[in-house]
Amino acid sequence: MEKLIEILENLHEGIDYETCETLIDDGILDSLDIVTLITDINDAFDVAIPPEEILPENFNSAKAIFALIEKLDNI
Amino acid sequence: MSFASFEFLAFLAILTLVYFIVPKKVQWIVLLLGSVVFYAFAGLVSFFFLFFAIVISFITVQVLGKRHAALKKYLEDTKDTLTKDERKAYRAKHKNGSLLIVCIGILLLTLSLVYVKYLSGFSFKNGVSFGSGAISFGSTLLEVMGISYYTFISIGYMIDVYREKAAVEKNFFRHALFVSFFPQLAMGPISRYADTGEQLKTPHSFEAKEAWCGLLRILWGFFKKLVVADAIAPAIGAIVGKQLGGIYFILLCLFYSIRIYGDFTGGIDIVLGAAQILGIKLPENFNRPFSSKSTAEYWNRWHMTMGNWFTNYIFYPLSLTKTMQKLSKWGRAKLGVGVGKRLPVYTATIITWLATGLWHGIAWNFVVWGLLNGVVILISQELNPLYEKFRAKFPKLWNSAPYQSFMAIRTFLLMSLIRVFDCYCDVPLTFNRFFSIFYTFNIADIWNGGIMNIKVTATQYIIIAVGIVIMTAVSRLSIKRPLRETLWEKPILGNAVLALLCIAILVFGSYGLGFDASAFIYGGTFN
Repeated sequence: MEKLIEILENLHEGIDYETCETLIDDGILDSLDIVTLITDINDAFDVAIPPEEILPENFNSAKAIFALIEKLDNI
Repeated sequence: MSFASFEFLAFLAILTLVYFIVPKKVQWIVLLLGSVVFYAFAGLVSFFFLFFAIVISFITVQVLGKRHAALKKYLEDTKDTLTKDERKAYRAKHKNGSLLIVCIGILLLTLSLVYVKYLSGFSFKNGVSFGSGAISFGSTLLEVMGISYYTFISIGYMIDVYREKAAVEKNFFRHALFVSFFPQLAMGPISRYADTGEQLKTPHSFEAKEAWCGLLRILWGFFKKLVVADAIAPAIGAIVGKQLGGIYFILLCLFYSIRIYGDFTGGIDIVLGAAQILGIKLPENFNRPFSSKSTAEYWNRWHMTMGNWFTNYIFYPLSLTKTMQKLSKWGRAKLGVGVGKRLPVYTATIITWLATGLWHGIAWNFVVWGLLNGVVILISQELNPLYEKFRAKFPKLWNSAPYQSFMAIRTFLLMSLIRVFDCYCDVPLTFNRFFSIFYTFNIADIWNGGIMNIKVTATQYIIIAVGIVIMTAVSRLSIKRPLRETLWEKPILGNAVLALLCIAILVFGSYGLGFDASAFIYGGTFN
């Protein structure tokens, strides 16, 4: 989780990723951010997030993103 | 059958009557027959291409559905015998097979779209002009009405089924209804299965509120189209036709923005209103686009279903391909982390916008239009850290109404400038007219009578100006919820507004309903 927070902080500073649950709904992450984020995650966690998993509910919070990484790792 | 015609209103009235009289379980059949009748007006050729899209997408999703079921069964049966890695490998292999099938389906539909668009008169040498009221192009293109829309709806559905994000519709005729539901064929919205798939099958009871709000929305669409958009069209035609420059070029940018807003959002109001009367909620296509503070925000508010389609089915898959990821890694190693990170996003953005341009039409002006949008979005993205610093340093100024208005006006002007490529359909000429601002700019033309010589009279200017004020007010009053819903709760005021709208359309409408209303820009061109 720490690794993920670090990736997110590199993307946009000054956001409390531990608590924020509206990263998509509030427009904090746009489509360009999402692609950069996924590229970083794929690299750091050795997973491959497919386009069909790019849903607001999977990217609205750091917790949700982490859950997605774990899910993909366990498939 | 144009939406701005008595024919359409009569068709909708009869369809609504039959729809609510028949037993609920056959309502969807009425909608399918209605769509067939609506489409029959466009001719046999149109029918053939629509049927082709329905058949190809139906076969594709059936095969995909069977493959998904087979995979699930295999994984279930081998739960205890295969290792995690073996299961993963099998799944990946199976997915590649499904990918091939969905790609064949997409290829066939794309080929039919490209074929039709070429046949319809588009070519790189001779782009079809639209936007100027003087040039009519609807008749030839309407032969294949709606192909851009149902092709995208079908492709989106096939991909959603491939991704296991949408259910497989096993009934051919219900599938046909999902692809061909008549209101959305002429100018969108581009719905996904999640939006309309289930709704179109579900029985609907007559709801007075939905019918009233739907009717008011249709009238509102007519108002925007006939009282504002069509009234300003002759001025656009005159400026383009005479190739006027200087101040007229700026007026052209503004007039064309007003026209396309009234025309396209008005058309979508008619579409969504018609569906609402039948109890079907189609996805919204606009969300106060001219209040956007940046180009990226504008594209999240304008033609939203098209933007979502390109983001979901082209931008994301493209930027996440192995090739792009490799490109990113290569860029990071050779050109630095910053460049490497940007490579996939930037490449995918430019390709997506190029595709968006080409979807609008196969002509250089659309290519330039698409690329300019992509480049502007990327430049704004690069400037973002600078804006953020400015915002942090001057938070009060940033949040003040004048600065917020400045950002909205800046975005509006920038988008108006990019959009003007639609008008000339000639890239060098557009640039030439743009640069004329710097050497033949004579602001006095506005008050010395010049703007009265571009086919719009003083009375018409006043009507258009009042129309714009009303559209702006309605837009502002609809931020929290649509104004028509508020009016429904105040029957006297609501019915007075409805009556006034009817009168305004009949008295001030450019050509009068059913006489010679010009074709919808999107309905006519982007078929």
